[in-house]
Amino acid sequence: MLTEGAAPKPLHRDVIRGLQNILGASMVLHRPEDLLLYEYDASIEKGRPGAVVFPATTEDVSRVVRLAAQHDIPVIGRGAGTGLSGGALARTGGIMIVFARMNRILELDLENQRAVVQPGVVNYELTRAVEHAGLYFAPDPSSWKSCTIGGNVAENAGGPHTLAYGVTTNHVTALEFVLPNGEICRVGSRHGDSVGYDLAGLFVGSEGTLALVTEITAKLLRKPESIKTLLAIFDRVDDASETVAEITARAITPAACEMLDGWTLRAVEDFIHAGFPLDSAAVLLIELEGLAEVVAAQVAAVEDVCREHHAREVRVARGEHERELLWKGRKNAFGALGRIAPSNYVLDGVIPRSKIPQALRYIQEIGERYNFKIGNIFHAGDGNLHPIVLFDPRDASQYQRAIEASAEIIRYCVEIGGALTGEHGVGMEKSELMPLLFSDDDFDLMRRTHDAFNPNSALNPGKMFPLNKGCGEITPRAQAAVRAVPL
Amino acid sequence: MNTTAINVAARLETVVGAARVNATSESCAKFAIDGVVPSAVARPASSAEVVEIVRFAKSEKLALIPCGHRTKLAIGMLPSRYDIALDMTALNQIAYYDPADLTLSVDAGMNLAELAEALAQQKQFLPLAVPFFEECTVGGTIASNIGSSLRPGYGSARDFLLGAEFVNGAATFTKSGGRVVKNVTGYDLHKLLIGSLGTLGAITRLNFRTFPLPEGYGHLVSTFSSVDSIVRFQAMVSKSPLAPSSFDILGPEAAQTVAEFKDDRDSPLPSWFTRGEWHVCVGFEGTETILRRYSSELVQYAQQCGASNYHLLEKSDNKSLGGALRELHNLLARSGPAATIFRINILPTFPPDVTNLRTLAQRFSLPCCVFANSSGPLYFALQPNDLDAKTIAALAQIASSVFEYAASKDGQASILFCPRELKEQVNVWGDPRSDAHLMRRVKNAFDPQNIFAPGRFVTAI
Repeated sequence: MLTEGAAPKPLHRDVIRGLQNILGASMVLHRPEDLLLYEYDASIEKGRPGAVVFPATTEDVSRVVRLAAQHDIPVIGRGAGTGLSGGALARTGGIMIVFARMNRILELDLENQRAVVQPGVVNYELTRAVEHAGLYFAPDPSSWKSCTIGGNVAENAGGPHTLAYGVTTNHVTALEFVLPNGEICRVGSRHGDSVGYDLAGLFVGSEGTLALVTEITAKLLRKPESIKTLLAIFDRVDDASETVAEITARAITPAACEMLDGWTLRAVEDFIHAGFPLDSAAVLLIELEGLAEVVAAQVAAVEDVCREHHAREVRVARGEHERELLWKGRKNAFGALGRIAPSNYVLDGVIPRSKIPQALRYIQEIGERYNFKIGNIFHAGDGNLHPIVLFDPRDASQYQRAIEASAEIIRYCVEIGGALTGEHGVGMEKSELMPLLFSDDDFDLMRRTHDAFNPNSALNPGKMFPLNKGCGEITPRAQAAVRAVPL
Repeated sequence: MNTTAINVAARLETVVGAARVNATSESCAKFAIDGVVPSAVARPASSAEVVEIVRFAKSEKLALIPCGHRTKLAIGMLPSRYDIALDMTALNQIAYYDPADLTLSVDAGMNLAELAEALAQQKQFLPLAVPFFEECTVGGTIASNIGSSLRPGYGSARDFLLGAEFVNGAATFTKSGGRVVKNVTGYDLHKLLIGSLGTLGAITRLNFRTFPLPEGYGHLVSTFSSVDSIVRFQAMVSKSPLAPSSFDILGPEAAQTVAEFKDDRDSPLPSWFTRGEWHVCVGFEGTETILRRYSSELVQYAQQCGASNYHLLEKSDNKSLGGALRELHNLLARSGPAATIFRINILPTFPPDVTNLRTLAQRFSLPCCVFANSSGPLYFALQPNDLDAKTIAALAQIASSVFEYAASKDGQASILFCPRELKEQVNVWGDPRSDAHLMRRVKNAFDPQNIFAPGRFVTAI
């Protein structure tokens, strides 16, 4: 009883044969047992494609898309399948293009701090390829060792360090992509500024609903001179969240400012042994970067704020090993929680930083009201909450209640001036919640923009836009959303 | 006032009331763009009134151009039609400001300098150090995407604009983005508005991330006798741990213009500049300790790269120099009857062959100047003394060479400011590129009846 669309729509054998002719038989998967793996991503959604193909070039992608268009079959792009919103799932079947073979770094221009890469390049691999020159690629989602840059571009992915450096869109200057008619286009410029509209800005984060990105020109940043990682330990969650609000209010901008509540960190510690204190109510993992003098002053200022808010202890990581261990604890936290409950639902709401304390109290209340354990491990510095609802998906009523509790939390985020998603994307997960934020007129313009590039919804159908608007279909999520819409 | 004008104004009055409409020839003339005068000026006082006016224009098939304080109307091509000037300056309030969250929502018609004052009270600011700073509006700054000298340190508007509200060509009020610092909900439509020159709709409100005002400022002005030395200096700074807030490279003539700038102290800048030489002005920020470190290391780098002279500015002089650098486009645009400024987007590394541009101007005996923002565009300004056919022909030839020069470097160029006469011969946006049809699709989605600023933008949008 997960979601709709799990049953694949088999593709006609002519289509399979056509795909095999384009790519070779070994590059086309179509047997049900082979497709199973591709009906999941890292969200709680499902959707099985009719075929999965592995193109090697932009021209391959274009030929596949043209074949799909001839047969009126949807096309879905997919990187590593680590997304958290169902963005890379075949909601209505169709041909899934997996970019695993398009994984080459095409050019490194170290002098100008640019890289030209294919979409299947793994995020971390780009940083590895340029770190000898003191450079790195800034977006760093928790899945950075497996997720692809193409996926980052589609979802406009973030990560802990986006607090200081911005999400993927701030690091992409040009794109090559394939439109649903197979046309290959280039937008943006290597410089970043281009004459005319900022089309690269529109396509980054469009969740594969406008085009299939086949090449990315990315900015590379220079590694900072000094990095200090602090672990601040609190006996009360309120103290930790007020510390975050105060750090923001004092205009100290850490490179990252992450919060783990006590319950979550105990689960993580048990698994990772990162050195998190088992008896605390919450910890903040704060990273300060820049010139040594700037960092020294910021460390002192952050320590002051933490102490004023009753931090029991503030530890500064000694050496790279300790620092890496703390981050390992943070980045593998979601995995660690998998050991506790059969499933977890990670939310991605954003709120103004000044409202973190009240939002955490509200999440606590929701957990009590719905009788769920809700953990919190999130990018506190930019107000990007990740409440994690632990539930058993085999229990239909639990699933339903998990969705409802989540919708209430997201509704609250919107009510206090926030948004539905800070970095995971809307996908199929939050499409029904979009009316919380957007009016019919807003949707009309988004739809017209969508139709300008993807007029027949041939690319990634059923994503971002609410399904229930106009077609009467009510999913469990839609029901929760409808109830959550303020009257 | 002709009969069309009377008709437009009279009908417009029935929509938003007489108080919001002005059709005197004097008022309309103020909103002229390259000599094209609108029939009426509408000054809405709310976004609902903007919707009413746009709905009227749409039903009557009239062309609208949103305007702020009209400092940059010379950017872009001549409008192919222009019936109503949509004066946005009555929408001029801060709608929401949460200093503790460093987020801001401001009406598009608010004066940028006034906004800066309000933010300064909370020790914050927007890193938009743009020309026409004292007079211009926030909306016009975004719609024109005019360059900010703080870009090396803070990025461009697309890096700190969080969302927008606007009325599109279908006469509906729409929004994109939000008011939080991190948000990927829906398409980033507000990014399309940056630099769209009013062709996608009338921006009514903009949401920004604000920044803390630095504790102190410093500037190093260094003198170089060759462009090669500057290229080396730029590379050395870029590979160092330093992160300057601004990095302005000034050719000899640009340095002269900056040197002659008079700020409110009513005297020219002190003589940090050496006549006939290239200069680099590096701006940096922070506490005393940090300023000291920047000063000593930058001086060291400049000396290693062969700077013939350098000055570290005194506290009071930082503001004057910052002001002069910020207003450079403004000063040059007003420097003569045929002043023409190219904006050239090439790779961040300053090109050693930039001297070719000066040679190009010399071939036509036209005074010129070159300046650049390290991570932003390179600017090439021509300052002919006369506006005659010969000059325009020369400018047209120069334009085609500049467009070729940019393309040869995998870049793009456009003309930011130039006389109308040149626009009649040259497309200021350069030759249409391979993405022209995609641009038109965006335009059609936002403005299906082509009522917003028709003809002003790329590919005759």
